[in-house]
Amino acid sequence: MDLYTIAFYLFAVITLVSASIVVFSKNIIYSAFALLFAFFGVAGLYVLLMADFIAVTQLMIYVGGILVLVLFGVMLTTRVINVDMRTGTIQTLPAVLIVAALAGTLVGVFWTTDWRIMPAFPGFEKTAPRIGELLLTSYLLPFEIASVVLLVALVGAAMIARREKKAS
Amino acid sequence: MSHETILQLAVVVYLLPLLGFVILIFFNKRLPRQGDLIETAIVFLGLILSSVIFAVKIGAYQNETIQGTFTWVSFGNVPGFGPMVMTLGIMIDNLAATMLLVVYIVSAFVHLFSIGYMRGDVRYGRYFAYLGVFTFSMLGIVLTNNFFMMYVSWELVGLSSYLLIGHWFEKKSASDAAKKAFIVNRVGDVGMFIGILILYTTFHTFTFETIFESLKAGVIPFGSETWLTAAGILVFCGAVGKSAQFPLHVWLPDAMEGPTPVSALIHAATMVAAGVYLIARTFPMMTADALMVIAVIGAITAFIAATIAITQNDIKKVLAYSTISQLGYMVMGLGVGAFTAGFFHLTTHAMFKAGLFLGSGSVIHAMHHALHHSGDHKTDAQDIRNMGGLKAKMPLTFWTFVMFTLAISGVPFTSGFLSKDEILAGTLAYANLTGRWYIPIVAFFVAGLTAFYMFRVVILTFLGDHKDLHRYDAIHESPKTMTIPLIVFAILSFFAFFSLNPFNAASGWVYSALPRPESVVPANVAAAGIEEFEASVHQTHVLAMVLSLSMAGLGILMAFLTYYWKKIDADLIAAKTGPLYRFLLNKWKFDELYDATAVAGTIGISKLGRWFDNRIVDGVVNGVGSWTKGLTLGTKRNWVETGISAIFYMIVTAGVSLYVGWVVGFGLMPAEATLGAIVGYVVLGIAVAGFTFFLFYVGVGGFDNSIVDGLVNATAYLAGFLGLLTRRLQTGKVQTYLAFAILGVMILFLWFR
Amino acid sequence: MVLADFFQWLQTPGLTHFLLISGILFSLGVFAILTRRNAIMVLMGIELVLNAANINFLAFSRFTTGTLDGHVFAIFVIILAAAEAAIALAIILNIFQNFNSVNIDEINQLKD
Repeated sequence: MDLYTIAFYLFAVITLVSASIVVFSKNIIYSAFALLFAFFGVAGLYVLLMADFIAVTQLMIYVGGILVLVLFGVMLTTRVINVDMRTGTIQTLPAVLIVAALAGTLVGVFWTTDWRIMPAFPGFEKTAPRIGELLLTSYLLPFEIASVVLLVALVGAAMIARREKKAS
Repeated sequence: MSHETILQLAVVVYLLPLLGFVILIFFNKRLPRQGDLIETAIVFLGLILSSVIFAVKIGAYQNETIQGTFTWVSFGNVPGFGPMVMTLGIMIDNLAATMLLVVYIVSAFVHLFSIGYMRGDVRYGRYFAYLGVFTFSMLGIVLTNNFFMMYVSWELVGLSSYLLIGHWFEKKSASDAAKKAFIVNRVGDVGMFIGILILYTTFHTFTFETIFESLKAGVIPFGSETWLTAAGILVFCGAVGKSAQFPLHVWLPDAMEGPTPVSALIHAATMVAAGVYLIARTFPMMTADALMVIAVIGAITAFIAATIAITQNDIKKVLAYSTISQLGYMVMGLGVGAFTAGFFHLTTHAMFKAGLFLGSGSVIHAMHHALHHSGDHKTDAQDIRNMGGLKAKMPLTFWTFVMFTLAISGVPFTSGFLSKDEILAGTLAYANLTGRWYIPIVAFFVAGLTAFYMFRVVILTFLGDHKDLHRYDAIHESPKTMTIPLIVFAILSFFAFFSLNPFNAASGWVYSALPRPESVVPANVAAAGIEEFEASVHQTHVLAMVLSLSMAGLGILMAFLTYYWKKIDADLIAAKTGPLYRFLLNKWKFDELYDATAVAGTIGISKLGRWFDNRIVDGVVNGVGSWTKGLTLGTKRNWVETGISAIFYMIVTAGVSLYVGWVVGFGLMPAEATLGAIVGYVVLGIAVAGFTFFLFYVGVGGFDNSIVDGLVNATAYLAGFLGLLTRRLQTGKVQTYLAFAILGVMILFLWFR
Repeated sequence: MVLADFFQWLQTPGLTHFLLISGILFSLGVFAILTRRNAIMVLMGIELVLNAANINFLAFSRFTTGTLDGHVFAIFVIILAAAEAAIALAIILNIFQNFNSVNIDEINQLKD
């Protein structure tokens, strides 16, 4: 087993175990913190896929941004004093069936499909500048639209979350 | 200093006013004195830096063009067009460096003047912010090396002029004037835009240099010289709008509704100069025909505006028309091929016209305060008939104003004399070469008129006696922030800054730094060459000087005879030439003409559109609707009540039935039938027709009632049943829906595997 | 497949390995979305699903195409995830103010 394989399994285990904790834990705080490790593991997988820039982005945006948001959400909407951190589940049995079917389908498809794998991988050197190039040439329009979407999300989030003034 | 340093300095100089704008527009309420000192300091810093750029460029790099470019956006290989790359950049040649300095000098002192003039204004901070963005936009035009940035800045200039002219937008006239300036400019800009598109389609670049190089190599738009001329004239359209040339000059006098320092800025450095600068920039690509159009437009503008200026009584209106007239001069100068002279006049004119406006601002300021002091709110503070004798009260304003007036009239030892003389010599040379003598004739006539109406203003404003002594006592000289700019501009109106020889501009730095650029158009459509033109100018120079001096002298003499010594009664002349006088007083009725044609035409088209929509489109729809309705009612045998459409339906039905009967009856009839058989077939036909009629008239109603309605009801019932059925699935829980969605996706997976 | 082959397969991580990881991650995310009552938990499930999709993008980019287009898409996914998280949490906070609960099965007024 070379280092790459070891690293792969390490990150895979981190990711899947953390994700399982996220999904199955009854305590939402545990879930939130497990999510941190899940994101971290996924970032590791990105590195193994030669996607250095995306990995760093993943760490910065998911771990630095989204997760903090989620934690804020947890803190703001959970009655800490009442020790009501537990969250229940609903319709577990049908969900288990559906998800099992889904997982089976996905694994089956992934397993059986004959992927056309590149015989020789040229290797990605310095992905960031080339991604930047792609963003400003082939993907210019989606890129601009994404910026607009972010702006709208920013304004919209501020507007929706704003506490309504009590009508007197 | 290296090229890079100069470019970096230029970028700094370019962005400084924008910085001022951003600071002031957001924080003017929180800054001390609403931030006017910050903005003014920024612009003065820019003035210093631009002087450095100017000195280095003219001094050390006179024969080099400093350019810095970068690829702004690359769309890759666009199908049907080729590589589409937009390159932006900054170009500093002698033209840009000179213009940069001019813009900054005027802008800086206008800022200084405004501190005194606008004190206590409702939107003091915002006013300074707009001054900043105005300067910034103009610098964009000056420093750019391509049409794209030129156009963007061009529109920014339009926007900032709109904001500044409409600064006192509570006044209806001010907001109207702002809108007018914006819309009239848009007319010219459309032409410019089309011109730029023609060039871009041909050359696939916006950069001036590349376009000129391709032109020189023989590439012309669509392979036709006419298109090149058209492109030149269309680009010139933009200049017609911004530089207030005939026929789009109408916005400029109205723009006087803005604060007076803004007028100074618009008239001297920023907006109207942009048009002339554009012509100078694109000069090499102008064909002889395009230049002829430019020259003629300039001459017409100069003449019209000068004649109007004689009759106006509002001090700012007179100056406005004198600006238009002088702009006509510059455009004419460029058009006849006197490139250097035209641009030179832009520079000198910027100094003395800024001074004239600031001087008039000083006078209006004093008048306004005096009127306010005496509680008089009816008298117009800008009407020169209400002034007079201000010389003793406002000596600084008076003497500087006289200096500017001498300069604009073309009196020797002033800067105006140098540049004007060169333009006049250029027109003479042009006429000499082409035989178009009407251009110099107009030019010399306008020179006389200019001297006349400017001295009329000076005499009526500053000399003579004041009519209201009470008001006269309250008038006093303006504060230092307002007089210092006047003094600076007065000093800059002397000849020595442009040429050491007061009678020959050609020996000064302007002529060595700004030679006429080589034309790049094909030789057969190019204007007269440089050498030929220079030789002609050389011949006519002395004649031009003598003629221009005598015209100026004549104009000044007439002004003094009429308004100072009162030997000639102006009112009497006005009364005798009644219709002509009123025609001039009403500005050649251009506004009325445009109201009657363009404005009324637009409104007329809109009304026609509304009428078409209301009557024709809606009429057709309603007609079809009522016809169908009549048909339906007809089938229900209510046709008696439903009138014409039911009768119409009946006729159509009867016709169709008869036709069916005819076809059946005669179609079945053998060729050689006996009379009895014929009767039988005819009876059969009639029977079929009757049956058809019955079917249509009675049967359709029945069909409608039972079958159609039945189908509709059945569909509705089925839909209701399905709705009831699916309602069970609608749990209202998102997760249930999601589960269904996932199931659906999996089915798709298995289906397509 | 013989067991030895399977061990050999396990030791050389390739496209299928990454796809399987992402498939399992995806299923876990879907499970969270389907079963949890707490809206924030649902949101976390969505994030897991998006991450799984991203792994796929990058894996295909690495193993089949060799171009960086997959990376660009991953960036767009992350951008949209950020926007979506912000909006979703704003909505959740708003719901919490109105219903004093973030349990999505209690918020079913649209049904009636």
